[in-house]
Amino acid sequence: MTLIPLFMVIPLGSAFIVVLLGRFKETVSDVLATAATLMLAILPFALIIPLSQEGIFVYRMGRWIPPWGINLVLDGLSLLMLIIINLVAFLAILYSVSYMKKFTAKSTYYGLFLLMLAGMNGVVLSGDFFNLFVFLEIAAIASYALVAFGVEAEELEASFKYMVMGSVASVLILFSIGLIYSLTGSLNMAHVGTILQGQKGNLISFSMILFLAGFGLKAAIMPFHAWLPDAHPSAPAPISAMLSGVLIKALGVYAILRIFFNVFGMNIQLSWILMILGALSMVGGGLLALKQNDFKRLLAYSSISQIGLIMLGVGCGNYWGILGALFHLFNHASFKALLFLNSGAVEYSTGTRELKKMGGLSKAMPFTGATSAIGSLSISGIPPLNGFWSKLFIIMGLIYAGRYVLGVITILVSVLTLAYYLKVQRYAFFGKLGEGLEKVKEAPPLMCASMVALAIICIGAGIFFYPIMKIILEPAVRVLQEGVGYSSLVLGG
Amino acid sequence: MKNGMTLIVRVIARFVSPMIMVFGIYIILHGHLSPGGGFPGGVIIASAFVLLTLSFGKEIAYQKLKESTASVMESAGALIFLILATLGIVFGGWFFLNFLPKGEPFRLISAGFIPLCNIGIGLKVGGGIFAVFLTLILFRLLEKGEGD
Repeated sequence: MTLIPLFMVIPLGSAFIVVLLGRFKETVSDVLATAATLMLAILPFALIIPLSQEGIFVYRMGRWIPPWGINLVLDGLSLLMLIIINLVAFLAILYSVSYMKKFTAKSTYYGLFLLMLAGMNGVVLSGDFFNLFVFLEIAAIASYALVAFGVEAEELEASFKYMVMGSVASVLILFSIGLIYSLTGSLNMAHVGTILQGQKGNLISFSMILFLAGFGLKAAIMPFHAWLPDAHPSAPAPISAMLSGVLIKALGVYAILRIFFNVFGMNIQLSWILMILGALSMVGGGLLALKQNDFKRLLAYSSISQIGLIMLGVGCGNYWGILGALFHLFNHASFKALLFLNSGAVEYSTGTRELKKMGGLSKAMPFTGATSAIGSLSISGIPPLNGFWSKLFIIMGLIYAGRYVLGVITILVSVLTLAYYLKVQRYAFFGKLGEGLEKVKEAPPLMCASMVALAIICIGAGIFFYPIMKIILEPAVRVLQEGVGYSSLVLGG
Repeated sequence: MKNGMTLIVRVIARFVSPMIMVFGIYIILHGHLSPGGGFPGGVIIASAFVLLTLSFGKEIAYQKLKESTASVMESAGALIFLILATLGIVFGGWFFLNFLPKGEPFRLISAGFIPLCNIGIGLKVGGGIFAVFLTLILFRLLEKGEGD
């Protein structure tokens, strides 16, 4: 239990130390950042067993009791998010060691990366609204700087757009937190939950709408998605992997789940809103992805589509739907991070992101080719890879809930996903070697290592889906199904 | 621009900037007793350096506080704050535990580790704001240099 603050202490501390040691050799910052993220990647697994015995950990900062003091809450849902965030972060850092050599100021990069990581860990652990907002801003501001890290015109423009949209989202969220504070006089989520129980009013609905719009912007659900296709492709590849794989989930989807399920409590209208927005972004993102010729831009639109799928599963609200959505959260982090790292490796070796200028790369780059094939098949839902199971669960959930039309749409979008990933494979990795690509070599070994590790996670989570479901996912599903019972658990414990 | 502003501005700035700095330090050290604290105090200290930079030009201000020093101050401030919070685990078992003796209320040395936290925050904010300012004027100068 004393391990919980370490999720913030390690990344924050190493972020500032890395920046301080920036003037020394680059290897120092490489080693420090890798060691810190490796520790963080192992830490959540050490908490699985104690958590399964206790059910929930409430950490009181400075020994102040919950409604008055700041508390950190670790339950099944937070643990699932921590596993996803820190695993992907470690592999992205491992990849950056080689990939970021072409950029200057590597220590600043590591510093910003670790700050972003600290922010995300804080968001998923925080037990009160204001700390959630503060950590969200830490992660978001670090990510604005990281998107612009290449300082080319295109990257600066994308970062500026991202920053404007992100700030609008933050204002909406802060305004809503202010409303909640004025209504209840408390910022502690559990305490707010108990006060709001059974109450209805225009102001409560208004603050819910503001939260939905704010976190929807962060999660890039369809009407709020415009920044994502610019921001995610412009960032360096490991950052794209973090943004698409983890950040939109920790800042957007997780916050929506926590606030609507555990604080306000779900109702039928909210469930329809989530399902409609989810279906909209699933179909829209998929159709837009089909037309892209830029490798990373295609992946970015695909992220919108997959986030839509997750919202659809969450919205239908029964066991299978939520289980599928949370499993897809995990799976999407693994295969989308993998595909972004693949695109980075291709860009590193060939210097282009245009799919039409590539071709036949799987011969020249066997590791990248093979892992991208695995990633593409997983995301399209080919059995026995992990994407198949999560999509199956979501469709089962929709059918049990009686939403047959949405179930059929999900199956059709899955076919659409397969179509645009086949396009990637066809243009980039199969066929004849493209012009001027005769001398292309495989990416450096560390980059290959992290891609292979993610591919193994994709296959492993597909084959061993049952233990993962029982050990990691079911506690998380239970948290969401308990709904507003969360309050009494936190305040009682 | 290179040699700063007129004589009047420079004399006044030379006279005023130490007082601004002392006031900033006062605000930081009395953060636990009166309105203010690490953040406003840090901003006030940074504003003293900003005033020096504006009135005397970049070179003179650089002799007082370099950009790299400001950046080190910033990181050190954050680390001080983090270490104090972590020491709570070591001494009392809880993160952010106020482990020092609380002392008598309304005395300068009281409230446990809050004054130390304020000093950390003051370093962080002062260094950070001054570094941001230097970065902005540096960018401006570069842009002008290209225009000529």
